[in-house]
Amino acid sequence: MSAQPILPPIVIPVPSLNEERSALLARLTDGLDAAALYWISGYAAGLAARGAPALAVVPAGDRDVDVAPTRVTVLYGSQTGNAKREAERLHEALRGEGAEVRLLRADAYPLRELADERVLFVVISTQGEGEPPDDARAFVEFLSGRRAPKLEQLRFAVLGLGDSSYPQFNAIGRLLDARFEALGGRRLFARGEADVDVATVAAPWLAQAREQVRVLKPSSSVATGSAIGIAPVATTWSKEQPGSAELLVNQRITARESTQDVRHLEIAVDAGFDYEPGDALGIRPRNAGAVVERVITRLGLSGHESVRIGDEIRSLHDWLSGHRELTRLHRGFVQQHAQRAKVSALDALLAAGDAAAFNAWLGARQVDDVLQEFPGEWSAGEFVAALRPLAPRLYSIASSRKAVGDEAHLAVAVLDAQGPFGAHRGVASGFLADAEVGASLPVYLERNERFRLPADASRDVIMIGPGTGVAPFRGFVQERSALGARGRNWLFFGARHARSQFLYQLEWQAALKAGQLHRLELAFSRDQAERVYVQQRLREQGRDVVAWLEGGAHLYVCGAIAMGKSVHAALREIVITHGGRDEDGADDYLGELQRSGRYARDVY
Amino acid sequence: MNATGNHDAPNFSSPSRSEGEAGRGLLSPVETLKRESRGLRGTLRESLEDAITGSLRESDAQLLKFHGSYQQDDRDVREERRLQKLEPAYSFMIRTRLPGGVATPAQWLALDALATRYGNDTLRLTTRQAFQIHGILKHDLKPTIAAINQTLIDTIAACGDVNRNVMVSANPVESRAHAKVQAHAVALSEHLLPHTRAYHEIWLDEQQVVGAEASEPIYGPTYLPRKFKVGFAIPPVNDVDVFSQDLGLIAIIEGGELLGYNLLAGGGMGTTHGDARTYPRLADVLGFIRADQVITAATAVLTTQRDHGNRSDRKLSRLKYTIDRLGLDAFKREVEARLGEPLQPAREVHFDHNGDRFGWVEGFDGRWHHTLRIESGRLRDTGTVRGLSGLRAIAAEHRGDFRLTPNQNLVIANVDAADRARIDALLADHGLDDQLRGATFRRFALACVALPTCTLAMAEAERYLPDILDRIESVLIQHGLRDEPLLFRISGCPNGCSRPYLGEIALVGKAPGRYNLMLGADFEGRRLNRLYRENIDEAAILAELDMLFARFAAERAGGEHFGDFVVRTGIVRAPVAIAVELGA
Repeated sequence: MSAQPILPPIVIPVPSLNEERSALLARLTDGLDAAALYWISGYAAGLAARGAPALAVVPAGDRDVDVAPTRVTVLYGSQTGNAKREAERLHEALRGEGAEVRLLRADAYPLRELADERVLFVVISTQGEGEPPDDARAFVEFLSGRRAPKLEQLRFAVLGLGDSSYPQFNAIGRLLDARFEALGGRRLFARGEADVDVATVAAPWLAQAREQVRVLKPSSSVATGSAIGIAPVATTWSKEQPGSAELLVNQRITARESTQDVRHLEIAVDAGFDYEPGDALGIRPRNAGAVVERVITRLGLSGHESVRIGDEIRSLHDWLSGHRELTRLHRGFVQQHAQRAKVSALDALLAAGDAAAFNAWLGARQVDDVLQEFPGEWSAGEFVAALRPLAPRLYSIASSRKAVGDEAHLAVAVLDAQGPFGAHRGVASGFLADAEVGASLPVYLERNERFRLPADASRDVIMIGPGTGVAPFRGFVQERSALGARGRNWLFFGARHARSQFLYQLEWQAALKAGQLHRLELAFSRDQAERVYVQQRLREQGRDVVAWLEGGAHLYVCGAIAMGKSVHAALREIVITHGGRDEDGADDYLGELQRSGRYARDVY
Repeated sequence: MNATGNHDAPNFSSPSRSEGEAGRGLLSPVETLKRESRGLRGTLRESLEDAITGSLRESDAQLLKFHGSYQQDDRDVREERRLQKLEPAYSFMIRTRLPGGVATPAQWLALDALATRYGNDTLRLTTRQAFQIHGILKHDLKPTIAAINQTLIDTIAACGDVNRNVMVSANPVESRAHAKVQAHAVALSEHLLPHTRAYHEIWLDEQQVVGAEASEPIYGPTYLPRKFKVGFAIPPVNDVDVFSQDLGLIAIIEGGELLGYNLLAGGGMGTTHGDARTYPRLADVLGFIRADQVITAATAVLTTQRDHGNRSDRKLSRLKYTIDRLGLDAFKREVEARLGEPLQPAREVHFDHNGDRFGWVEGFDGRWHHTLRIESGRLRDTGTVRGLSGLRAIAAEHRGDFRLTPNQNLVIANVDAADRARIDALLADHGLDDQLRGATFRRFALACVALPTCTLAMAEAERYLPDILDRIESVLIQHGLRDEPLLFRISGCPNGCSRPYLGEIALVGKAPGRYNLMLGADFEGRRLNRLYRENIDEAAILAELDMLFARFAAERAGGEHFGDFVVRTGIVRAPVAIAVELGA
């Protein structure tokens, strides 16, 4: 992957206004409400960022002025259909008032639109012991969570449906009603709490809603709350100085019976973190505290020893925690250690010329394993100097900004192998898996220009990504859906077991249904007697794959190196079988696809 | 709304306009589905092959019931998996058709092997004398069903809007007449099988014959409006709860000879919380039929329901509502017209109880039968009680057969006197020799499956049974009622698979940890109970029972049963009298 071009930071000078401009500013701002003032500040910031005083820009808020009818959303969450029925009645009634009104089931509501919502009516039932209906779980969760947006321009009213023979009567209606208010929304009128005789409460509530919509005049004084027009401020996060990004979600996405722990992470990034699908997120991990402690104890040191390397002075503990590799061994360290340990077995291992065997030996051990197996004396300074600097780790970003806004998502497989003396956890995957929501993560953007969607959105794409190799393709499909790309999307995914390791299963199912994903081939290697992998699915679909490629499709492979090789071999085979080429012709063809950027690989 | 339960067809909730069903309004979407299913084929093959989901398409999941399987999911992990962006942990329950619950040792071993290979390492004996294997994944469904068929057991019509597994009193002790009743039940079950070859094509790879889709001589293209349950009782034991059946047949035996049956119709347990139009109902006695009229009379009742049952609202489509809508006399006239002759007056009948007789009993022919208590009907290996392994060991040696009882227990039947000791030893080896420990009421308890697999469950039943039995037991013991026989039943929802409305004490689930407490059925299965307290938790249940047992211990009249006591003393109003008086 190429290094990231760093954009220069924006320097904002102290405002220096002469008297005349100060007076103008005072006249301009006099009597404006908070929303308008925010809008102006955003507008001005945008001008500053562009460095161009283009005053011809029409404020976005003006679009709402004049005769546009009030836009109203009626949202419902319903288990047995009662809430849906009341919501439909309301929808009908409001349409009768001439309002621009839309009716949405909670799970069909685009959560990102909530921040811009002006008038919202919610009709929602409460199940059993205070649970939301199934179709509203995600909505309630989102609204209750830390990512719920400010709702200062929202006017709302809630109708709850419940059964008073349950202790948690109408708990969900109450929760939403309180939450909308806490987020800054203005309540149009009091919450309705319908019991089993729904209509007694629902009918007057509906009448009130109707009356409110009737009196709501299109307002010209309220500008949209978001600061439209501001150019993105370029991020300054870099490999050397990673940014501090808040972890929003840390969710295991393999089922409990899966031995592999894969995490879906959602990370807040700043507005200038303008990644594209295919890019990677760099993370500067820290070694696990227990690993650091073990090594220090093994060396008979305290950790407080001050160690200087070049210009940097840190304690041993600090060096080992954040700046030196402890989970990856390298030959240089083993050589130096051998001189200290004076063990013939270690010398013999180093002397033997079998590189493969030595690498396998290295791969199975971490620094602490060597210290335990072959004790040797180290001073703090020499030890730190002998270790390699802790390298950042890269993860393919699993989202599109067009779909998730100021967030970057990752799919991270937690490396958890058995070492000779205990469990080996990946330094970065373990660090991420253990990170708590709200934690700050040191991250930066690593561009990957070689792994880009076709500029021509009408091209088809074939994506081969078993395991967490599927990550960039989640971003691809999000991006192509947001763009309304006409080209078709074909995904090959694989894992051991469908039931426990089908990463993003619900999302792929929804994408297929929505026509955002056109084909999905699956290879679950351990669900039947014979092992089946993605390359076999590729062979089975060989005729179509070749047809897609000949039609201009781009093909992407992401995942383990060995898989990449197997997939390449399968591609070569099907180009021969179905593409009418001989072996050399197939190699030329695939080579040409690679050179032209139509066959891209991101393997690791 | 707080109603947590789904009903049979949660996603088929918007009815379409009925044609040719004058006066009954909108046709239930399930009716359209059946009509358009091409003889129950639907798109099951395609659904089974779709690797993107472990579930079936909604319409195919509905049709699958007719093939003897339900799509379920592990509700314990439903929310966890949603957060994991995984679909629910779908699996399938397969139910056998096993008239009278009679199985050979070879069949037992085959089902045990399937439960272990494809299922969740348990076998469940149902309240309708069938086997259930739980936890089958979609891609194992076909091999499992095919393997069941190889044992000469099938699963056709074990679920769905058809005649379900036919029940028969389980104890083959009393007389030769029992074998005749069993033979009638088998013949009736066979007669009422759907004729479609869909089952054989989909599961057994039978080639489809062109044009073979259309003929369903008994059911017609839309089958029945709802499930249809048949039970044969052999007095004096009412173990089949004959009054809870859509169609009940009570054997009339004199001097060891089977003369015929009293014919009953219109029983049913299922209700819907909060829907006053629904109710449990005991079957009415229509009259007496000769033994040679079993099939024609049963078919007359079934086709009357086929033609007159409600096909627009599935909550109201069982035979019991049809009878109440038509009126019993009109219904009976229709049945007689279809039968071609009038029914004779019903004969005098007496029942002692509706439970099982545990332990060894010698039959009329000198062979021995051992009835084993199986709590909740679930056979599994847990700790020292190794029910699955134990029965496997017995089946490997047993030369008689097995009888699944309507109370979810098991009869190891037709054992030579000489083999009894060996069976006893195997039971002891597997920790199965102490199944009757504790207070007497434990042996009568019934529980449905409920959570985590049943899609209808609102509260726990089977998993909760051991705990609630322990707690009720200690209350009983405090009041000196350790040896009191008492019918206790628990059901996770109001549909009533454990026949809760016939419990002297019953808990019907409303929400997690909360139940309706029902009281006052009798001990013979002839009187329904009534709602005593609504939507209460365990502490409230135990407090109520503590108070009630105290009064019962102090005020009972003679050998009066608890259910009779609460009615006599007005603790619950006398349940609505449903005509179950027998005799002309």
